[in-house]
Amino acid sequence: MVDVDLSLVNWSRAQFALTAMYHWIFVPLTLGLSFLCAMFESIYVRTGDEKWKALTRFWMTLFGINFAIGVATGIILEFQFGTNWSNYSWMVGDIFGAPLAIEGIFAFFLEATFFAVMFFGWNRVSKGFHLFSTWMVAIGSNLSALWILVANAWMQNPVGMAFNPETARFEMENFWAVLFSPVAMSKFTHATSSGFLLASLFVITISSWYLLKGRHMEMAKKSIVVASVFGLLASAYVGFTGDEAAFENAQKQPMKLAAFEGLYKGEQNAGLVAAGIINSAKKPGDSQSPFLFEVKLPGLLSLLANRAPGSFVPGIDDLVYGNKEQKVMGVAEKMKLGQQAVADLATFKQARKDKNENAAKDALARFTANREFLGYGYLSTPEEAVPPVSTVFYSFHIMVILGSFFPVLFLAYLFYTFKGRIAEVRWLLPVGISSYFLGLVAQQMGWIVAEVGRQPWAIQGLLPVKVATTNLAVGHVQATFFMFLGLFTLLLIAEIKIMLKQISIGPEGL
Amino acid sequence: MSQPITKVFALYQNGFKAMTVGRTLWKIILIKLLIMFAVLKLFFFPNYLNTHFQTDEQRADHVLEQLARPSVQNH
Repeated sequence: MVDVDLSLVNWSRAQFALTAMYHWIFVPLTLGLSFLCAMFESIYVRTGDEKWKALTRFWMTLFGINFAIGVATGIILEFQFGTNWSNYSWMVGDIFGAPLAIEGIFAFFLEATFFAVMFFGWNRVSKGFHLFSTWMVAIGSNLSALWILVANAWMQNPVGMAFNPETARFEMENFWAVLFSPVAMSKFTHATSSGFLLASLFVITISSWYLLKGRHMEMAKKSIVVASVFGLLASAYVGFTGDEAAFENAQKQPMKLAAFEGLYKGEQNAGLVAAGIINSAKKPGDSQSPFLFEVKLPGLLSLLANRAPGSFVPGIDDLVYGNKEQKVMGVAEKMKLGQQAVADLATFKQARKDKNENAAKDALARFTANREFLGYGYLSTPEEAVPPVSTVFYSFHIMVILGSFFPVLFLAYLFYTFKGRIAEVRWLLPVGISSYFLGLVAQQMGWIVAEVGRQPWAIQGLLPVKVATTNLAVGHVQATFFMFLGLFTLLLIAEIKIMLKQISIGPEGL
Repeated sequence: MSQPITKVFALYQNGFKAMTVGRTLWKIILIKLLIMFAVLKLFFFPNYLNTHFQTDEQRADHVLEQLARPSVQNH
């Protein structure tokens, strides 16, 4: 694009990232805590023990606070689509319409209906129906998340559609291909299971605080057992789905995978970097070492990326400049095809305007041949296709290190709880208290990996962010950025205050 | 038929009346929605294509024009 102001693109990016990251403080806790509440209540219904009822109501209240503060913050993202990302919004309207409409219907019928029974129905409906409603809230919340994650996955792996140059829209051709794309499935399972893990950490954090203070000891111990078991299972599932997500990245977004690992020169039998310090002076194509320090596990990256030991994993240089030996097409080559697609699109548009149907038909045929490279036609240099490597590398590794620490924590809590010594292990409780905040860090790192890792693309290979954006005054975007920052800070303070007050009151009847 | 509706109505009515922390949360939700829709959406987040163009054809034409512009090569 000739006249794109990069500071406008970056401020629009920053505003969207701020909103999405704020929204993602609440969503994973809602997804996981809803299931934990359903489990607590199931134990209450099975045992008839009123202490489990009080415990359930306590965690349900915290769930309600989190839900209320977080609800509707995602709508702000939709405002931004229409204002800051109008080209993108227009182009994907047909694809996103169906999943987002289904999300709205699910959210309304499953959540809103059963939400009322869950909070207002204690002693007013039967125990069985109340429990059913709590499970429906949990299932409904998670199914709502499915649709928005399907939409996100489509941007990372655009399938089941065709671009219509008459309307400038991506039109859905196969709904099931969009819904069941492996990227969508791995994104959904990884995001929701990480929410289960975060909610388990939330319960551990608050319960540990009670144990440290010597308050509500019985409730804290009961909660810890359920949360640790759920968290342990969730951790295993997060690991499994994370592996699946990385495999999909390797197949569909190899540049993102190369950035995860700081891999510049592709290798056979590539090693996995367990820890390292990135050389920030390193640029694609130069001869500098990518790391100042690294610990590598030999051969593991090839296995994880391709499910084939010893296989070739392309690095950033291979993807940017091409590697004929390994049949990797470089960005420079893709740019030429993309530029041809852009030129044919312009010819098609002009021919349509001039009512020259033959010229339009020829231009359309040429455009169709190269349309899969359309997005590359807007890049200024091949190196523009490389995401910020340091940000992606560190975010990925922080996420993985924390993700490996949490199951150890759950095991330690289970061990000491069954030994009957959990309240006496004074070194463990402060670690437990900090665990929810570490979980939040891991959650945010996960989104940075997914979203910064796919830069410069709004839609992988088809639409770069700089073309997706609306040409607004940068001052307008800056002003609304700070407006959101203020609003989100106030809401967060409100949540923390209400949450802390409720935690300090504790459960009734225990 | 009317009895189940009355029961559902009573569930909501009694539920809202008996709220404690829920009252504060509802206030926050309503203030948040008011700020979002009556201030942010209205004054700061108009739909760009809807406010600048009258028809879908014009909107499509505008987006196509953006897409059909070549990039600047920075070699």
